[in-house]
Amino acid sequence: MNTNKNLALNVTQNPSKLFSLLAKNWALFFLLILILIFSFTGKRFFQLANFQNIIHLSTTSLLLAAAETFVIITGGIDLSVGFMMGLSSVLSATIMQKMHAVNFLPALSISIGSIIALIVCIIAGLISGIMITKYRVPSFIATLGMGGIASGIALIMSEGFPVTFLPPYLTDIGNGYLIYIFPGKAISFFNKPEGITGKELKELIRIIPNSFIFIVIVLFILWHILKNTKFGQHTYAIGGSMVAAVRAGINTNRHLIIIYVLSSFLAGLAGVFNVFQTGIGNYTQFSSMYELLAIASVVIGGASLFGGKGRIIGSVIGVILISVIENGLQLSGVDPFYRFIAVGLILIAAIIIDQSFPDLF
Amino acid sequence: MEYLLEVKNLTKRFGGLVAVNKVSMEIKEGEVVGLLGDNGAGKSTLIKMISGVHRPDEGQIFFKGKEVKIDSTRKALSIGIETLYQDLSLAENLNVYSNIFLGREKLKKILKFINVLDHDYMHKESKKVLDRLEIEIPSLRNRIRVLSGGQRQAVAISRSIYWDAKLLIMDEPTAALGVAEQKKVLELVLKLKSQGIGIIIISHQLYDVFSVADRLVIMRRGEKVGERNIKETNPDEVVSLIVGAEKVKQ
Ligand SMILES: Nc1ncnc2c1ncn2[C@@H]1O[C@H](COP(=O)(O)OP(=O)(O)OP(=O)(O)O)[C@@H](O)[C@H]1O
Ligand SMILES: [Mg+2]
Repeated sequence: MNTNKNLALNVTQNPSKLFSLLAKNWALFFLLILILIFSFTGKRFFQLANFQNIIHLSTTSLLLAAAETFVIITGGIDLSVGFMMGLSSVLSATIMQKMHAVNFLPALSISIGSIIALIVCIIAGLISGIMITKYRVPSFIATLGMGGIASGIALIMSEGFPVTFLPPYLTDIGNGYLIYIFPGKAISFFNKPEGITGKELKELIRIIPNSFIFIVIVLFILWHILKNTKFGQHTYAIGGSMVAAVRAGINTNRHLIIIYVLSSFLAGLAGVFNVFQTGIGNYTQFSSMYELLAIASVVIGGASLFGGKGRIIGSVIGVILISVIENGLQLSGVDPFYRFIAVGLILIAAIIIDQSFPDLF
Repeated sequence: MEYLLEVKNLTKRFGGLVAVNKVSMEIKEGEVVGLLGDNGAGKSTLIKMISGVHRPDEGQIFFKGKEVKIDSTRKALSIGIETLYQDLSLAENLNVYSNIFLGREKLKKILKFINVLDHDYMHKESKKVLDRLEIEIPSLRNRIRVLSGGQRQAVAISRSIYWDAKLLIMDEPTAALGVAEQKKVLELVLKLKSQGIGIIIISHQLYDVFSVADRLVIMRRGEKVGERNIKETNPDEVVSLIVGAEKVKQ
């Protein structure tokens, strides 16, 4: 039985185990190297506060990339995630604003705004999914259309301005931390210790952002679904061979509809989170390219646009890689526009590596 | 005498083309029927109506004496009709045992309420069925992509057997195989026949068909043009039926 593992490696075209380990996890190695480099070049880069900041600012990107991971594994693509996030952000904020204006309880306004935005996103995903499965519209066309509609509605609703005057506590939750330590004097959970002001705030140590706990839970559930469940297995099968999946008795139409609903839902979740993080509702600008960065992260994380391949953990590494480049270049004093070039180069490298080692993943 | 499967006047049209025209045939348990015909004769289309890929435009299907409406592949699988397609239909990105259990994955509970895939069980059961059919595959954790054509065929066959096929339909099971592997597949057919499974085998290789089939059904241009017991015919007659007797006379 020992020989089985060796055989599995031998049949792929790579002679050396170390080499294949490197090729398979190149994004992770590259990330570690970048962290090392930026630790020398970037001011205050290698600090807990900065790492927490990177994760905190990556929350929405992680949600979008996770959404895109599911879609891409089935061999599709979802170009609506960025605009769906914007719609969800504007819609939830608008509802919160209106309810808050007539003195509803903040908790109620916030919950209802969030839930309605998520439901709208679910319906949008349902429509995309039906177009793609029942009417055989290619996924990039269907979702491009849906993204356009979402963007239009968000712009009309917000009139092109951020939605403000929202209930209190939003950013306290969205930007809060699990643990606050005021060295030698106080420790508290979820809220800053009482009576700390001005200069003292600078000394306050914040550990584990709430956004980190939130994203870890969401990603863990998604990872579990993809890795351990029937649903995950069928997602891979559909991407590997649609025909095989149909003939194995899998209800592929239903499955794909759920995939696009999930993708839209996660984009909606990103929008709601965005409101918690910024305290306002933000529409998505056309130049922001959220979906393209999400797709890039997923491909860098080892997925193939032909379908059948991809992992949540890979996509997470892809997102973090892009965020670290952005953050590291900035702290090293490099013009932020260079990050587009950097991401482009890494994406090309990812595709070349994917093409050169088709059997690795 | 009850047939395992009986089809009556099955018809399938694609636009103006009548791919299968009023074809009737039947098969008993433990019987091997060879389905023959030239390219485009309608063989694959006929069996796809039996396996739930296509819905017939006309005609009836009886399984074990009862009329059945096979409107999805799931339906066919659920009553014990397993099909090996010409293009195999395995998910190449999944491993051997995942393919054997595709669509019918075995789950187990962790923490009392979360269902997860039971890889160990699926691996073990797949190993058993491969062993029973004396099929050798180095590791069941290998992806289908790295297997040979014969090994893939063997995986596809094992899948049908594992799921308790009553009727096994094989569309050109030996087409892409080397000589040794072809022989192996034919041996498998005989083994399955001896276990009482009914088998419909489509092949262009007359030698294959003559070495395993009990009876032959011959199609030409969507129609059934002949039916022969294997003992009462010979390859020459069969060829003349396949290409059309007029042509042979000329
Ligand atoms: N999905 C389809 N749509 C349209 N026409 C089809 C379809 N499937 C098959 N046909 C046509 O129906 C006819 C019968 O095809 P079929 O695949 O059943 O032939 P076959 O006997 O299996 O041939 P071969 O030996 O080449 O596999 C052909 O003319 C084919 O082009
Ligand atoms: Mg055919």
